[in-house]
Amino acid sequence: MSEERRDVLTGTYFVIGDVAAAEGAIAAGCRFFAGYPITPSSELAEHMAVRLPEVGGVYIQMEDELGSMAALVGASYAGAKPMTATSGPGFSLMQENIGLAAMLEAPVVVVNVMRGGPSTGQPTKPGQQDVMQAKWGSHGDYEIIALAPSTVQECFDFTIEAFNYAEQYRTPVIVLMDEILGHTREKLVIPEPDQIRVVNRKRPKVPPEEYKPFEPEEDLVPPMAILGEGYRFYATGLTHNEQGFPRTDDPYEQEKLVRRLCDKIRRNKEKIVRVEEYMLEDADVAVIAFGSVARAAKAAVKLARKKGIRAGLLRLKTIWPFPEHIIERLAESVKSFVVAELNYGQIVREVERRVDYRRITFLPKFGEALHTPHEILEGIVRSVRGGKP
Amino acid sequence: MGRYEIRLGGLGGQGIILAGVVIGRAAAVYAGMNAVMGQSYGPEARGGASRSEVIISDEEIDYPRTLEPDLLAVMSQAAYEKYIGDLKPGGILVIDPDLVKVDDRAKKASKIYAVPATRIAESLGRRIVANMVLVGALTAITKLVPKEAMENSVKASVPPGTEALNLRAFNTGYEYGLRLLKEGEVEVKA
Repeated sequence: MSEERRDVLTGTYFVIGDVAAAEGAIAAGCRFFAGYPITPSSELAEHMAVRLPEVGGVYIQMEDELGSMAALVGASYAGAKPMTATSGPGFSLMQENIGLAAMLEAPVVVVNVMRGGPSTGQPTKPGQQDVMQAKWGSHGDYEIIALAPSTVQECFDFTIEAFNYAEQYRTPVIVLMDEILGHTREKLVIPEPDQIRVVNRKRPKVPPEEYKPFEPEEDLVPPMAILGEGYRFYATGLTHNEQGFPRTDDPYEQEKLVRRLCDKIRRNKEKIVRVEEYMLEDADVAVIAFGSVARAAKAAVKLARKKGIRAGLLRLKTIWPFPEHIIERLAESVKSFVVAELNYGQIVREVERRVDYRRITFLPKFGEALHTPHEILEGIVRSVRGGKP
Repeated sequence: MGRYEIRLGGLGGQGIILAGVVIGRAAAVYAGMNAVMGQSYGPEARGGASRSEVIISDEEIDYPRTLEPDLLAVMSQAAYEKYIGDLKPGGILVIDPDLVKVDDRAKKASKIYAVPATRIAESLGRRIVANMVLVGALTAITKLVPKEAMENSVKASVPPGTEALNLRAFNTGYEYGLRLLKEGEVEVKA
């Protein structure tokens, strides 16, 4: 007797990105959502409110985003794969506890469906203005993983990947969507359950009396005990030793911990980073874009090729850790770069760290709409002419 | 077939968004094609401007927004005024003639079809199904997506219990569209 599976709804659908991300979360094993609805991510929360009870999960509408993020950290320690969804203003409020999640190495996933900022900005318009906040939003030194889907299908696929990264590296993972993606309907194919790769956190291999909650293995990630299973530990936002106890005036423990929190991601950068390279083999000019903008950029590259310009696209599927090694390699083969993003200069700063700014044509856009392919094509033409219009 | 862009415009309450969902779902789920659909509407539940746009292709769809619609269907004068400028020269214009009067700008269209969707829906007893009448007519006029796929999509997209009425509206619109194709487009008086 087999019951119909309600967690992985294998089939073909026509849904918005917000819904696809919610289904991806459930397929990845997420059974806990705490959030505070905000445009343009509200449909994600709404869908989780309907779906989680069907699969034995819990949906909590919290009092605010601070509480949401705190609930995620607690749920993670209780063994759940937790998620929240928000947009710029809510993302700002979550930063304090995102830092706590980084410090406590709590696997959590935060979906940020980006809209126009700063502040409450333009709730119903798209933006890509939270690139830097995703990395530097909380205080102190820590690394983060951020993924950036470009299609509704990728909203599903990348949310699964976000949970897998969170579990594997014991870190908060951010999914950076945008309003266009969140609200655009597109084909979503949900595969059979056995076609979905799901990663679960490492569990202790030693008995409770030998367990040190922050003692890393070779990959710098400590196995994680679940609250209530008999493993005792102390979890604090203060600098702690491998036992978890505060070490607030020990420079050795501070360095050891901070290095490990950063290095567990830095050392695995090449395993984490995902990009799409489109027509770059013979390219003179490389367009760098992500999210919805990358779709405009791909259309622009096709237009440029029709005009005989050797253009290509580097689409960032992961934003953090930043794919510097790929940019460096590309800088050897292309003459110039075009960076297109729905903000006034964030990805372009990272590119400038590796490429002379005089080789870069920057195409900001302030978010009332997406760049058109022709706007990016103009940038490509300017770029191959050495920056002259 | 390549990329085909459809924009639907009207007022909140006319089912403009659902019409776009039905067309996109038919293409993506029931016809094995790709489809991308976007929408926008005012804060009002009824009476504000409402728009949906659907891009259909048998290839990967890169840019997710309409640039120059191949087909513009409008169910309000305001939508006509707002979007006629975007219609691709040589594209198709579909209007509800009881709600929209065209002018010189419509001459850029290669074909103009008048589908009195609201009146037809009223004759079926429910004005609210005017959108399905329109979708039926567009199915006949464009031949983009097979009729069967569209019918499946109507069934999957409307509220449970209303399938029969909506399918009747769809089929009435489809027959009307076939008749228009046979009789040719309407004469447009600018």
